[in-house]
Amino acid sequence: MREYLYFPGCSLKGAGAPYEKSLLAVFRALDLTLTEIPDWNCCGATAYLSVDADMGIVLAARNLALAERADGRDVVAPCSGCFLALSKAKAMIAEYPEVRTKVEEALGRVDLPYRGHVAVRHPLEVLSTDVGPERLRKVVTRPLKDFRVAPYYGCAILRPYDTVDDAHTPHVLEDLIRISGATPVDYPNKARCCGGMLTTGVQSVGLRLVEILLESAKEADADAIVTTCPLCQYNLEVYQDRLCKTTRKDLRIPVMYFTQMLGLAFGLDDHALGIDQLFRVPVLTVPAGGRR
Amino acid sequence: MKLIKVVKYEESLDPKFAERVAAEPGGERIWDCIQCGTCSAICPVSLYMDLTPRRIVGMIRAGFRDEVLDAISPWICTSCYACTVECPEEIRITDIMYIVKRMAMRESGHHRFVVPAIEEAFIEMVRKNGRLTESRMGLRVAGKSGLRYALAMVPIAWKLMRRGRLRLLHAERMENPESLRVALAAIENHGSSPARVPARGSRPVVEA
Repeated sequence: MREYLYFPGCSLKGAGAPYEKSLLAVFRALDLTLTEIPDWNCCGATAYLSVDADMGIVLAARNLALAERADGRDVVAPCSGCFLALSKAKAMIAEYPEVRTKVEEALGRVDLPYRGHVAVRHPLEVLSTDVGPERLRKVVTRPLKDFRVAPYYGCAILRPYDTVDDAHTPHVLEDLIRISGATPVDYPNKARCCGGMLTTGVQSVGLRLVEILLESAKEADADAIVTTCPLCQYNLEVYQDRLCKTTRKDLRIPVMYFTQMLGLAFGLDDHALGIDQLFRVPVLTVPAGGRR
Repeated sequence: MKLIKVVKYEESLDPKFAERVAAEPGGERIWDCIQCGTCSAICPVSLYMDLTPRRIVGMIRAGFRDEVLDAISPWICTSCYACTVECPEEIRITDIMYIVKRMAMRESGHHRFVVPAIEEAFIEMVRKNGRLTESRMGLRVAGKSGLRYALAMVPIAWKLMRRGRLRLLHAERMENPESLRVALAAIENHGSSPARVPARGSRPVVEA
């Protein structure tokens, strides 16, 4: 049994609810404990960097300092945006003494020492390295045979820090897809931007980026896209109907979290994985409890 | 006949602009740029930009302060870090875009554009509750983006609600947002931001 601290982030408490459900279920099935960081706050996201970078870094650092105070275990941040914001704050504080001074000053006001000892991890990396393929394979009871999956990494877990996987030739997601018994399709756009916040700010551009990703997944004849981030999942999923109308292309495809895919392969219940909360439910040829 | 000056004269450039950008964390390597254009090539949104990333970097170095701060480009940047990873000179171009955004927020008239307005609404909500409530943020965005946008979002919001992914009455907040406010207040008004900078068009005063 391994224990981790858990930084859910705002999204997993909202539209990313199925991600939280499936993450907790999969970690439980693997005997991994996630303890939510007490009274965590927003990671700062990209918004703060555009307005006041120091404040954004203080927001992220407060969470890391809380983790240090809790017990200093690795922090699991499932949202790629949070993962990057926390990783970036940690790197900036280590690199720039003037940033560190400001963080120490701010957190000093609330008696929170920041030392920078806590590791920030993405669950993709935790599952592929801490747990490892051997252990994962043992838990798979329902291989997702004939299920073709487009692995979509998005940006923030690969760039600019490459702690999860190589920025140019990532493969951990493909590995997990194979372990689940499914088939990873060749998906050249796997690390291309999902549009991020542009799908709200400048929709004409943001939705074009979404269209490119959906279209190439359809071209690869994928049955589903698997994502590692609540924003990617949201962008790829919710605009499909609208894009079908505006582009006159068939862009309908289920978009699920990699934890949901693993959970299905572990034989976990659809509801426990939040599969029923998706806009499009992936169609598996192998139903729960064995072959059809 | 009215004559319009189309050529930028040396005297209307801001020779200190590049220094200011280079002084911010992440901006230091701006002088290493060889103008190869790899950033613009890899950028997934450069074709929608008025100034591509390469031009932004080149124009910062040449002192085109007003043009750079008025550009839409930094607000189109989705912060995907493709340019930063590919740059052969290891220039943190994404960070430079953030630096430009921060300067534009303070020194330019960018508040009319919807992206910075969304960012400010985000920050206001986090300052108050310590966390973001997506449903409320969605309403704010819809309010700022006009009726057509809002109407198009209705079926999506409905689907999300029916699936328990959007709770209208729920507000996501910290148990004790005050502790965050106290911490943030310590650095407010003297962050990396030069507090007050002259209005657009006038010659900027740069702190030594």
